Amino acid sequence: MPKIPLAFKVNGDTQEILVQPWQTLLEALRDELGLTGTKEGCSNGNCGACTVMVDGRAIVSCCTLAAEVEGQSVITVEGLAKGGNLDPLQEAFIEHGALQCGFCTPGFLVSARAFLNQNPHPSEHEIRLAIAGNLCRCTGYDKIVRAIMDVAQKGA
Amino acid sequence: MATTKERAYKYVGARVRKMDALERVTGRAAYGADITLPGMLVGKVLRSPHPHARILSIDTTKAEALPGIYAVVTAKDLPPMEKVAGSIGGELTITLIDLRKMTIAHDKALFDGHAVAAVAAVSPEVAERALELIDVKYEVLPPVEDAVEAMKPDAPLLHEDLSTRSLGERAKRPSNVAAYVENSFGDVDKGFAEADLVHETTYDTKMVHQGYLEPTTAVVSAQSDGKLTVWSSTQGTFGVRRTLSQLLDLPQHRINVIPTEIGGGFGGKVYAILEPITAMLSLKANRPVKLVMSRSEVFRATGPGSPMHAVIRTGVKRNGRLTACYAKIILDAGAFPGAPVWGAGAVSFGPYKTDNLKIEGYDVVTNKPRVQAYRAPGGTPIAFAIESHMDEVAEKLGIDPLQFRILNAPGEGDKGTSGQPYNRIGMKEVLRRLSQHPCWTSPAPKGPHRGRGLALGYWPGATLTSSAVVQVLPDGGISLFSGQVDLTGTRTTMAQMVADEMQVPIENVSVRVADTETAPYTDLSAGSRTTYSMGAAVHEACKDALAQLKTHAAQHFKSPKEDVEYANGVFWVRENTEQRVDLQTVAGNSTRLASGPICGYGTVTRLQPAHQFAAHVADVEVDPETGKVTILRYTTFQDVGKAINPTMVEGQMQGGALQGIGWALTEYYDYSKGMMRNPTLLDYRMPTALDIPMIEAVIVEVPASDGPYGARGIGEVPIVPPAGALANAIYRATGRRLHTLPMTPQEVWGAIHSK
Repeated sequence: MPKIPLAFKVNGDTQEILVQPWQTLLEALRDELGLTGTKEGCSNGNCGACTVMVDGRAIVSCCTLAAEVEGQSVITVEGLAKGGNLDPLQEAFIEHGALQCGFCTPGFLVSARAFLNQNPHPSEHEIRLAIAGNLCRCTGYDKIVRAIMDVAQKGA
Repeated sequence: MATTKERAYKYVGARVRKMDALERVTGRAAYGADITLPGMLVGKVLRSPHPHARILSIDTTKAEALPGIYAVVTAKDLPPMEKVAGSIGGELTITLIDLRKMTIAHDKALFDGHAVAAVAAVSPEVAERALELIDVKYEVLPPVEDAVEAMKPDAPLLHEDLSTRSLGERAKRPSNVAAYVENSFGDVDKGFAEADLVHETTYDTKMVHQGYLEPTTAVVSAQSDGKLTVWSSTQGTFGVRRTLSQLLDLPQHRINVIPTEIGGGFGGKVYAILEPITAMLSLKANRPVKLVMSRSEVFRATGPGSPMHAVIRTGVKRNGRLTACYAKIILDAGAFPGAPVWGAGAVSFGPYKTDNLKIEGYDVVTNKPRVQAYRAPGGTPIAFAIESHMDEVAEKLGIDPLQFRILNAPGEGDKGTSGQPYNRIGMKEVLRRLSQHPCWTSPAPKGPHRGRGLALGYWPGATLTSSAVVQVLPDGGISLFSGQVDLTGTRTTMAQMVADEMQVPIENVSVRVADTETAPYTDLSAGSRTTYSMGAAVHEACKDALAQLKTHAAQHFKSPKEDVEYANGVFWVRENTEQRVDLQTVAGNSTRLASGPICGYGTVTRLQPAHQFAAHVADVEVDPETGKVTILRYTTFQDVGKAINPTMVEGQMQGGALQGIGWALTEYYDYSKGMMRNPTLLDYRMPTALDIPMIEAVIVEVPASDGPYGARGIGEVPIVPPAGALANAIYRATGRRLHTLPMTPQEVWGAIHSK
């Protein structure tokens, strides 16, 4: 099967690449564009480590075909900091010690950013629900939830 | 060593931000699968579809002929076994001969997912096609599904050459029981005779997985000069080097193991499981090869946590004093010997004082993946048993569960499970703090189907060997390097110690986790030993560097070295505070003096154990319609000796608690006829953020007798109490005792609705 041309935006930059019809967005980001911040933990959408935003919506990139995002705008963990300034969530994760091994962290940050953009003043329960698709095995989630609550309270 | 000084520390004990957090929140930290090399091939492994089968033949001709295939390997590609010797691991060791057979099946496939062959190809698609072309003929054998079955005389044998090692003697008849061990002191028969009440209960737990988010990965580049460079997501690079050296018959100096960032290990990334196959492929293809396990392979073919069957019997006086403690612990090692019998035995009655103790342990092989350590290996299942049992005993005696534990709590000088007296320990202080905390003093949660449970945990921790090098650079900056893999914050805690010992701002300190070619030998990051042993090595290295600096400063002052004083980056001569020279100047001059650049070296081995005690309190609600357990409140107490970085200590306590909660309520390998039916993160249900409330972490600090700043190891004991605490809470909520893990909704519902 011939490769498919794909034009889309990644972290604001226009990218034009060729992908296999069966290639996932995760593979395109990691293997074709070298954006290895997005992680692969399970390959079937259960762990959330591969979460990216497509047109503002958090999705699992391991279950999304690359060809599906033609013309759309993808934000990965590498695109959260803007103009040399960290996203407030990134700051809060560092401040609260909301990461240990850090493998799940990119997925959590992207999920939380997409969520706070939609719901800037959530309850603790709403936060927990929003990140329930992201597994973390190190932290017990406590400090992650606190970091997100902190950002929400500061309205960032 | 005693390092607790009068001087106040600026960084040790402070909530210093994780040094490498920036790289991780921006996606720049490189984990195993993030490594890419020019000309790199993709490796894939063919795995046995049978839990137990004799391999009659493997035909790889068609796979080898496939365009785009650069190497196909089987067990035949390993050098002869005669040269392989010794054992490897931390708290759970495996012989290298068994590790060789675990790496790739020899004459028999011993578990569902056992590697049989592997290929290196230009793309994953070609690699997968090649696997389909490998023709393996099996003679399918009946699987041995659990340890109790495996012990029966008519059970199928996994290894014809394995027989029981019993109290040092090796039996003649082959058996699935690899070892029987006994540990006792006092006289249990006498203790039981003296008891007013003797209580016996039985418990079972299933196989679970560490569940690290980063799948097991290896990248190996065999260079043209015969040197092997290995990028490994491992807990111990030097163990990987030794394993490769032995299995591939290469001298250690021709192997360099580079630690990548590691996306969680919890004991499950101790052995080199994937590195040997990847190296075989790279050597054969003469190109770099990357091998990344799928999640299903991680479940089926890495090293999970051991299932347990245990019988607990205790004798007590009416006043609540224990007179005898007995446990029979049968642990399932999976396909090769080495279940955590030692760990389970050590933990068992660790939080209880007794004069008469007997523990019998069985190490049994079954057709499952060979277990690895899982955070306090053996501790969680045995503590579930003991803590459930002790609650039952307390209830029979009409004694409050906390009072019962306080009454029997050990202190300094009391015998631990090893028979050796404890040095300074914090069990009593943990219980005192708990007894005054609102999680216990507040009324138990009101309403039907609600209850509160308490459980204790103990872990002895490992010490082993750690080494560190501290260089003072010509501009006065300090560079620390070691081979100690940073699992969750070692760089930061070590920088805190360096900054305080060298009395410089922490911003002037950088820390590097170096490869095996650069760093001095260091044992693995496991066994709650990293901060404890590595901290002590860093302390020694700083002392050495400071002594060298003082020698240089003495030359500067033309005074005897003994008269040189140092504080906060400045040297002076005692009783002559006029003349001063700063660290930067001394370090700058050092490169031009005969005494040379400043390079401090520190190494420690076999510190005293720093016993770790914890207690957890859980409030739960049980839905009688569904059996689902909801945790309303969860509080953990832990004696950490000294919290070097309280934020990170809390993180360990909370994370360990949640892993224990998963083990208690939802996680298990669902085996049917020897095949794992749930090798995905959907069907193997790990807790999410929705499954728990905030976890309160109460830090208790009773300084350890040895080690840096009184710190104890902290990483493992938090996983020990949760299953017991939840079982006890569920009992108070439902009036039913569950004696098996996990306590899934089905099990809880079944218990509620049983007569």
